[in-house]
Amino acid sequence: MKTINFTVNGRNYKLDVKDNEILLDVLREKLHFTGAKEGCGEGECGACTVIMDGKAVTSCIILAVEADGSDIETIEGQSVGEEISDIQEAFIEENAIQCGFCTPGMVMSTKALLDRNPDPSDEDIDIALSGNICRCTGYYSIRNAVKRAAEKKGGSQS
Amino acid sequence: MTEEMIGKSVKRIKALEKVTGNAKFVHDIEIQGMLHAKMKLSPHAHAKIVNIDTTKAKSLPGVWAVLTGKELPYKVGLYLVDKDILAVNKVRYQGEPVAAVAAETKEIAEKAVELIEVEYKKLDAVLDVQKAVEEDAPLVHENLGELESAPVFFPKPGTNIAHHTKIRKGDTEKGFAKADHIIENEFTLPMVDHTAMETHTSIAEWKPGRKVKIWTSAQSPFAVRNLLANGLHLNHEDIEVIVPYVGGGFGGKAGIHFEPLVTCLSRAADGRPVKIVMSREEEFNSVPVRQGLYSRLKTGVNDDGEIVAQETEFLWDSGANADYGVNVTRAAATAGVGPYEIKNVKLDSKTVYTNKIFGTAYRGFGHLEILWAIERQMDLVAKEIGISPYDIRMKNGLDVGSVTITGEHIGESHGRVKECLREVAKEIDFENRDSDDLPEGKKRGKGVATLHKAPAMPTNTGTAAFLKFNENGTLNLTVSLTDYGQGTYTALAQIVADQLDMPVDKVNVVWENNTETEPYDWQTVASKGLFMSGNAVIKASQDMAQQLKEVASEPLRCSVEDLVIEDEKVKVRHHLDKYISFKELAMGYTYENGNAIGGPLVARGNYIAQGLTNLDPETGQGLPALDWTYGAHGVEVIVDEDTGEFEVVKIASAFDVGKAINKENVIGQIQGGVIQGYGSAVMEGYQFSEDGRLLTNTFTDYKVPSIADIPELKPIIVENAQEDGPYGARGVAEHPMLSIPSVIGNAVQDAIGVKIKEMPVIPEKIFELIEANK
Ligand code: FES
Ligand code: FES
Repeated sequence: MKTINFTVNGRNYKLDVKDNEILLDVLREKLHFTGAKEGCGEGECGACTVIMDGKAVTSCIILAVEADGSDIETIEGQSVGEEISDIQEAFIEENAIQCGFCTPGMVMSTKALLDRNPDPSDEDIDIALSGNICRCTGYYSIRNAVKRAAEKKGGSQS
Repeated sequence: MTEEMIGKSVKRIKALEKVTGNAKFVHDIEIQGMLHAKMKLSPHAHAKIVNIDTTKAKSLPGVWAVLTGKELPYKVGLYLVDKDILAVNKVRYQGEPVAAVAAETKEIAEKAVELIEVEYKKLDAVLDVQKAVEEDAPLVHENLGELESAPVFFPKPGTNIAHHTKIRKGDTEKGFAKADHIIENEFTLPMVDHTAMETHTSIAEWKPGRKVKIWTSAQSPFAVRNLLANGLHLNHEDIEVIVPYVGGGFGGKAGIHFEPLVTCLSRAADGRPVKIVMSREEEFNSVPVRQGLYSRLKTGVNDDGEIVAQETEFLWDSGANADYGVNVTRAAATAGVGPYEIKNVKLDSKTVYTNKIFGTAYRGFGHLEILWAIERQMDLVAKEIGISPYDIRMKNGLDVGSVTITGEHIGESHGRVKECLREVAKEIDFENRDSDDLPEGKKRGKGVATLHKAPAMPTNTGTAAFLKFNENGTLNLTVSLTDYGQGTYTALAQIVADQLDMPVDKVNVVWENNTETEPYDWQTVASKGLFMSGNAVIKASQDMAQQLKEVASEPLRCSVEDLVIEDEKVKVRHHLDKYISFKELAMGYTYENGNAIGGPLVARGNYIAQGLTNLDPETGQGLPALDWTYGAHGVEVIVDEDTGEFEVVKIASAFDVGKAINKENVIGQIQGGVIQGYGSAVMEGYQFSEDGRLLTNTFTDYKVPSIADIPELKPIIVENAQEDGPYGARGVAEHPMLSIPSVIGNAVQDAIGVKIKEMPVIPEKIFELIEANK
């Protein structure tokens, strides 16, 4: 057991975790942020993607103790009340959501990308999202959603 | 009038819940006091269970229940009731559950499973379909003759053949005798996994009085209820099945899966709710897959390209169970020569047991598999007789007036396969395919392929819909068809909105499915959802319109016939300024003096498949198809003629959908389906070790397409209305993935001449063929 401190969506948490406890399980089961999903538990599908200190990470292969002292953002922090983010709006507008299971991870990977590169090329998008599997959409609409989100955020129209 | 509703790209229902992470899947559900289940899996492909010792597991603190097959003398299954809940007496595939535990935490459950000791005696395993049909093959189900099955299936006791569909049309002997050429080829493809992003998950809570409440990631709540009732001898009304958000299905969540196991575990754990979640590895190992297929096609063809005789054998690798597989085999057989008219046909399609993970429905229901053989054969035939792949398809393609292999006459209301073919050929500029502009060693190839499929379902498949008004004049629509990503609910809302002339956002489609409160639907499969539920919803809307008019006719002082529905109001036809709004009628109309009439309005509609017949067991003649959706793909590839490396440059895909109710969602289905087919075509496939162990059980070893893999895609919507479809619509959920492997194989053959007959189409195999040709 170890005591860790971190923030999730700006809120402070202090809790006791086992050495082998996984960040995704802590988020989902202890803190009830169930937006991040487990699609594989092996770092291969991106469904569990959250942002840790500004970087998109697959939380299923991160130990909770590694998150000590970090700032974590999850899908639950992307909307405020009835207000959703530009990225979320773009996903809806481009019909980039079918079953929705991959969606939280996709949105978080997109956010991490656009935070560091507001005007990504197709290739940048493909690299940033290639770890996020979607079995429903075929990805075309997701790529368009990322571009539309970049436009909304003020990137160029490229 | 409100604006045109049908054909519009209305935004998807529940997109907001999904994009905010608020949508709760079964994965996300916790019930107070819930226990966690874990299964012990067989390490062997075929072995006798000599002994299972659960003593240590049972005495572990925190363990509530440990079950083995001995305690569960039940069989479950859809068409052929051949599945054990936990293996009884022997295991039939590696990964088969032999015991299960329910415990207070996942960790305790895992520990307990490790403590279960199983003693096996290995048996000879049969892993290959062609060996499995030999006389002395080891039997997978020795008791095949005693298993229950739907009356249209014919298991052969004493063999590994779970079902055999025969189609006989004309006289193939005569046909071959007259043919200018006879061309014969064999084709194979491996099992593949659905890999829905949400793995199979179920929770059951056993209740006093032999009742049970279930939350499950299933496509078909009523099928789960029915099969559970039959399998565990429970009453239908005592089972409540709830389906919330489901993270993809693709056929893999049709029928019944782990619901019986969690039900039995909860019963054994004094009614504590029990949850099971498949890990991704278990999903690969222990959850059913798309069947493998071996095909042999012998084609008699004349110099001008007319196919005069076709003899076909399909051997389906159904794995260890065939509860669903038998119907895949049957359905695919009815489409077994592709969308072509061939006068003389002899077709045999057999479901074969082997000692591997078993088969089930997968988007396309056998059609991607048979079309791999049919559409590759078409190009091999065309090449051999020296005719264009496009021309041979145009020559033999179905037209109005054609007769299918089961004797169905193609009429005006059917779709047009040739129109789809023409569209894609134009889109990829099929005739123009030289490689002059490419670097040395690279060759351009273009391919076309067609496809067709009708829903595969019992002849009496039915569905129903309820509508009820809310106090503010909005409507709730309830159907137990599920929407796990297809977008059907959005289209159904559009239909109600159009029928009752109201804004679509005033139609609330009740999301969560529940067998207690919703009207029946057989299953959400087969691309029949929009067609059948659409028709039921039209009837429910008409019923509601009629009731609105009946109530309104009194205060408006006219007969029902003089009233029209317009703009959320009931209006007098010739005095449109005289009306009553839906809101005033929804809960009953109240006169100024307080008198009231009518009452809260509820309406219903239903639909049952019409005119379908069982097939003649000896000839396969009959009407199996509610509606056929036709389509075609065109593909351009660039292939390295030395290494076999290739790039798919462009895919064009056209489907005759009858009428697109929601264009954007139709395109979404096309894009998603094409890429799923692309995965099957160029990367996916189960591989087993010689002793039947699955080697591809992680996303590292079993690759599916990522965003970096997708080629350019041009979806094309063709609309020739289906007379009995809602607004003329046909289903198109499965079709986009059909024939994608064949069209890529065809394009590669066109580029460098290699005759690919094995899926997936990968550079290593192309390279082997290049070397063999040298
Ligand atoms: S669940 Fe973490 S990458 Fe798949
Ligand atoms: S929308 Fe279903 S996995 Fe992406």
